[in-house]
Amino acid sequence: METLASLGDGFVVAFTLQNLGLALIGCFLGTIMGALPGLGPSNGVAILIPLAFTLGLGPTPALILLTSVYYGAMYGGRISSILLNIPGDEPALMTTLDGYPMARKGQAGEALAISGVASFVGAFLATWGLVFLAPQLVKVALLFGPAEYFALFTLAFATLGGISSTNQAKAAFAAALGLGIAMIGVDGQTGVPRFSFGEVHLYDGIDFLVAIVGLFALSEVLIFLEHRGEATGAEAAKKIEIGRITPSWEMLKYCTPTMLRTSFLGFIAGVLPGAGASLGSFISYSMEKRLVDKEGTFGKGDPRGVAAPEAGNNAAAGGALVPMLALGVPGSGTTAVLLAVLLALNITPGPLLFAQNPDVVWGLIAALFIGNFMLLAMNIPMVGLFTRILLVPPRILMPVVAMVSFVGIYGISGSSFDLLVMVVFGVMGWGLRKLDVPLVPIILGILLGNRMEADLRRALTISDGDWSALVASPLSIGLWAVAVIGFILPIVFGRVVKARMRMARDKAGSTSD
Amino acid sequence: MSDRIFGGLGLALALFFIWQATLIEESFISDVVGPKVFPIIIGVLMALASVWFILRPDAEPTWPGRGRLLEIAAAVIVMVLYAELLPVAGFLIATAVASAYLTWRLGTAPLQSLVVGLCISGGIYIVFRVILGLSLAKGPLGF
Repeated sequence: METLASLGDGFVVAFTLQNLGLALIGCFLGTIMGALPGLGPSNGVAILIPLAFTLGLGPTPALILLTSVYYGAMYGGRISSILLNIPGDEPALMTTLDGYPMARKGQAGEALAISGVASFVGAFLATWGLVFLAPQLVKVALLFGPAEYFALFTLAFATLGGISSTNQAKAAFAAALGLGIAMIGVDGQTGVPRFSFGEVHLYDGIDFLVAIVGLFALSEVLIFLEHRGEATGAEAAKKIEIGRITPSWEMLKYCTPTMLRTSFLGFIAGVLPGAGASLGSFISYSMEKRLVDKEGTFGKGDPRGVAAPEAGNNAAAGGALVPMLALGVPGSGTTAVLLAVLLALNITPGPLLFAQNPDVVWGLIAALFIGNFMLLAMNIPMVGLFTRILLVPPRILMPVVAMVSFVGIYGISGSSFDLLVMVVFGVMGWGLRKLDVPLVPIILGILLGNRMEADLRRALTISDGDWSALVASPLSIGLWAVAVIGFILPIVFGRVVKARMRMARDKAGSTSD
Repeated sequence: MSDRIFGGLGLALALFFIWQATLIEESFISDVVGPKVFPIIIGVLMALASVWFILRPDAEPTWPGRGRLLEIAAAVIVMVLYAELLPVAGFLIATAVASAYLTWRLGTAPLQSLVVGLCISGGIYIVFRVILGLSLAKGPLGF
């Protein structure tokens, strides 16, 4: 009951004209960014963070804007999956399996509509899950001391690659790189400069916003430059007829059990570390296929095959917010970027957030509910508008992305030095992506490095230098165990899972042709 | 092979990082751990991962041809120049030039690129400066 009262207070916070307007803008921009291939949710949020700052928004409005973008991008990813057979972002990969065949049968509008409804159901139920699960997790988190937090951070790094990771050494390298970058600057506890080579600009450390925008947005521009002139989706979009854009009652009824089951599954996948939205949509699709695909229609344009992954990935997106808000440890790339927002706003997520800034937490959650209804309204009748945005060619879009990134970063600090650092990160991001090194652990390392070190040092100060203090409590032993298992498991199963995700896609590709 | 070179670079970086960590001057008041230990742990982790790349490299990625590499290098140079010249030339001019270059290299016809560049620059100026009131770099001409 207490939870519901807090939620009610949250709605009071969210129902101001400014916050509603920001949610609307966020949902709209998010859907666009999700829909455009190459601009995923992490990119979208990353580009907008500096703007939210320079506009001087308070913590709650800024968070409302950016999480609306996050939810919006999750909705938008399906549009290009269905119309172009190109996933707008990674979790939308599974939606191409049945979405594109439906579009080729002339049911593009219905596929968009049913996936919009499925997205809504997934996100709506997951937000309820967040309301009830997050406060429970906070109670557990209150038992954490520095040693447990250190173990928890290690766990986050160990599992971040996820079950589909193929090379854990690269994930480990990325984490070390990020943590190393975080070490640059004056040491918070003793006040000595580290790794700054006498350069005054480096005394403050590297601003993580600069790193995030460089790694995600600028490297994307370089990737497009590299692949210039290769097939783009814009031409293909014109050929597809949208058809009716409202789902029929029969189709909704037909898909409802699927949506409910996969929302639940996706939410669980989102909460667990290392799973995330991509795995949420993958598991949802495979389970539904095994469960209800009696006539073998999955992969040939079955509406349930569209509803399942969409409900799954949107539910996972909501689920991923649980550990981020309650523990301060993100489980996915985009939530890592959202964590950056919180830190930049001087808010430390975790159990204390719920106690000290309930208005921020509950206002945010209320805004998610409101945003969901806005997104449903936007994504069913107005979907035609978004399909037209897909026609903007990357040759115009990408320079805009680059320039908005520069403007945002310059707006925060007004220094050319930060812009140069951002370009360096852009080049680095491009090279690392070519080498298949994941970028998210780098970001997480830069974000969490200093807190992780502080917890380690605090734990050892309490124990007077005895390192066994790190594994002294059952809770921390449990966390270490999960971290080790989470790191080793993908080495055994990673190739299998990834191969299956690819195979499912290839098989569907060959049947639709 | 790429992974092996990458591993070699990573190892060099890790060793450099550890070496630098040992050089950190400790102040007279310090906690038991001190500012050196955690960076050294990170350096060791990075070195281990790098050795792994050298021993068990992944399949070769598809690197772009020489032309495309030059293309990317040129774009990076333009971005660096943009960063350096932004406070000198002012937002509108610098952005118009940089975005015209980028859109041209991404496949817009030369003359059209100029128009696109001006539109992007003007569009961002209107949205961010006029509507949102962000402070953008001012050049000698006041914009």
